Amino acid sequence: MTDASTLPIVRIVDVHKSFGLVPVLQGVSLDIARGEVACIIGPSGSGKSTLLRCINALVPIDQGSILIENEEINTPSLDKLTLRRKVGMVFQQYNLFPHRTALQNVMMAPIHVLKQDKAAVETRARALLKKVRLEGKEDSFPGELSGGQQQRVAIARSLAMNPKVMLFDEVTAALDPETVKEVLVTIRELAEEGMTCVLVTHEMGFAREVGNHVYFTDKGKIVEHGPPAEFFANASHPRTREFLNQIL
Amino acid sequence: MFGIDDWFRRLYDTSGINFTYLYDAYDRGRFLAGIVLTLELAAICIIASIVIGVVGAALHGSRFRVTNALVRGYVALFRNTPPLVQLFFFFFVLGGLLTFKTPYGTFQLSNFTWAAISLSVYYGSFNIENFRAGIESVPRTMVQAAEALGYRKGQIYLYVILPLAFRFSLPALGNTLVSLVKATSLAYAIAVPEVLYVSSEIWSDQLNVPEMMVTIMVFYVTLVSIMVYAIHRFEKRLRIPGYSAGR
Repeated sequence: MTDASTLPIVRIVDVHKSFGLVPVLQGVSLDIARGEVACIIGPSGSGKSTLLRCINALVPIDQGSILIENEEINTPSLDKLTLRRKVGMVFQQYNLFPHRTALQNVMMAPIHVLKQDKAAVETRARALLKKVRLEGKEDSFPGELSGGQQQRVAIARSLAMNPKVMLFDEVTAALDPETVKEVLVTIRELAEEGMTCVLVTHEMGFAREVGNHVYFTDKGKIVEHGPPAEFFANASHPRTREFLNQIL
Repeated sequence: MFGIDDWFRRLYDTSGINFTYLYDAYDRGRFLAGIVLTLELAAICIIASIVIGVVGAALHGSRFRVTNALVRGYVALFRNTPPLVQLFFFFFVLGGLLTFKTPYGTFQLSNFTWAAISLSVYYGSFNIENFRAGIESVPRTMVQAAEALGYRKGQIYLYVILPLAFRFSLPALGNTLVSLVKATSLAYAIAVPEVLYVSSEIWSDQLNVPEMMVTIMVFYVTLVSIMVYAIHRFEKRLRIPGYSAGR
């Protein structure tokens, strides 16, 4: 008998994806355990972001299988709403709704999508904004917040849906170095609380420190992977070495 | 008693400047009726052209190729022909075809109705383009964010795309509506007794063309200024703090 809690929460098996004639993912497989922090690193155009978008079905895959909590998402009968309740996503450009305040941004989806009670959602949304250290910014519009603040609102907005897995797509890439830290601290706290996180990132220090497993992708394939300590010290594949030498 | 009437009557007697509608009850009556008709025509056309714009832009964005082609054909036909020509086309061609006898008398749409239809259809084609441009300038990433939060297509339209698209299209919409209000004077050509038409009746009787022309210019400047002011106030109210479009 298999215990649900020991199964990988995300299981990706031999996923292929092309945009037109350009192959982006060429047979990617990986398992992510509950509570794990998986970091995907690699050069631009290696398919990292696409892989992340496949996990919540923003991008449909051509071939292969993606299981979230043992449910196949590569099927026409997929209920995207159910999937996206389980999988939250944070984007590089924050993508907050500019016409709504920080608080409203966090409250919108639970009210519109989950049809939850407004008063209860508001209490939770205020708590979430406090958790990401944005108390007092509830009524600010995204355009009035710094990049780091906007990104933390985006994280709170995602968390408001109570996801089981959080996907972070280069969430610090658009930030200046000082604000990178405040976002990373927020993600680290989430990880410490046991949230399953999948990060596409260029923050090697963060990957080493907070990650449980590092995947290096190149040309649509996972070239090498392992726990960060091992990975950064002993990566053996020449492509990995070349990449690490360039950025470390 | 010395009132406005007497003052303008004396002005005419002493200087020959003849604002008949300010002292003559009959002229005043038809002039005011002309103003009211202009306002009515403008209001109807504003509403109808916006409705056509919203529906057209929505159909244009639908995934059915037929509706898409229909909307593009509509825009091509009505945006690319002169409004006066369209007015004559509607009134003389369609108006002729749509006149027939019924047991209760002759069925016929009034000149006013044809003017309202014609101007709405013309400016509706502009509003389709205004709203379409607004929808297209909503960043694709907003839609993705909403999708990632589990929003369905209709909800994305309602809560994300439309509120932003409407704001983006406001400046262009304002321009179109200003044009529309001024173009109501074209209804003159099919004898709709709007403000220009009644003025021409008055000056034919009273031979006071300059006075009436000055009056009409002042009337339109005032009307359009009020409108522009209202549109700006509206834009300001909807402005998103800290947000500049196209970022």
